[in-house]
Amino acid sequence: MSLIVKTITRLTVGLILIYGIYVVLQGHISPGGGFPGGIIIALSFIHLLLAFGKDAVLRKLNQAKGVFLASLGAAVFLGIVLGGFMGRQKPLLSQDHFALFSAGRILLCDIAISVMVGTGFFVIFLALVLLNQGEED
Amino acid sequence: MEIHLILLFMICASIVAVESRDLISSVIALSAVGLGLSLGFLILKAPNLAITQLVVEILCVIILIRATINKDLPLVTDGRWLFNTIATYLFILCFLFFAYRALKELPNFGAPLMRVSQEFITNGMQKTGSSNIVTAITLNFRSYDVLGEAAVFFAGIIGVLVIIRKTGKIHNSENEE
Repeated sequence: MSLIVKTITRLTVGLILIYGIYVVLQGHISPGGGFPGGIIIALSFIHLLLAFGKDAVLRKLNQAKGVFLASLGAAVFLGIVLGGFMGRQKPLLSQDHFALFSAGRILLCDIAISVMVGTGFFVIFLALVLLNQGEED
Repeated sequence: MEIHLILLFMICASIVAVESRDLISSVIALSAVGLGLSLGFLILKAPNLAITQLVVEILCVIILIRATINKDLPLVTDGRWLFNTIATYLFILCFLFFAYRALKELPNFGAPLMRVSQEFITNGMQKTGSSNIVTAITLNFRSYDVLGEAAVFFAGIIGVLVIIRKTGKIHNSENEE
């Protein structure tokens, strides 16, 4: 891509990533949550991939690592839900209202879902890009 | 009033998306439909859904443009258009009739019949500690629903990765040579 796109990307990609983390962490206080926050995080990586090409992104997060992270998020979420099913009644975090680290297990579920959704969508996009590259060769 | 305008806009944009000859303009019209849907969710006071719809729409548009950028599909316009048109209009009439009969049975907006949801609304914040009532219901009272969604989504990721992997293709071409 051109110099303008690269400069603007360098300025904005960190802000998009921070906004995604904010949407994930505020999911139990204001509108948001794990699903849209995870996709915003994935969009920041896709933004980087579209501007700088696939080599700059594959150094940070390649396909095997992405699949591992998605599986880890799914396993953590399953563990939290199964823990509730097995009868763990005591909440994992405090029950204070409007605090950042509060609301029982909702925040932990949000973080696990965001890791799974973000890396999952990014890995799908990466697989499509790599498949197209293979056809051109 | 605003919701009717947005619905009209979405219907016009989807007609453009169906009837357009160019794939890129079709994708753009489809993204306009998604934007209208997001605005509609905002007007109906569902900001959680509006954020999710907007973000997923952006990702889908990027993937669709990336997939359809140098490709042109052949259009089939001839064929049994009379039978298809009659069947489609019959189905639409049937669907509208039953939808009208079903919509008259629904309770009024904001007055639910079930007492369970009233319990969630009044005591949700005290019981879960979450001030966002939607998150309190989806991740605490109805957490197994979200577990099912996550299972479906994870199966989707694994399925896509299995179908479009590169290693199998290279192996096949080596075998043919």
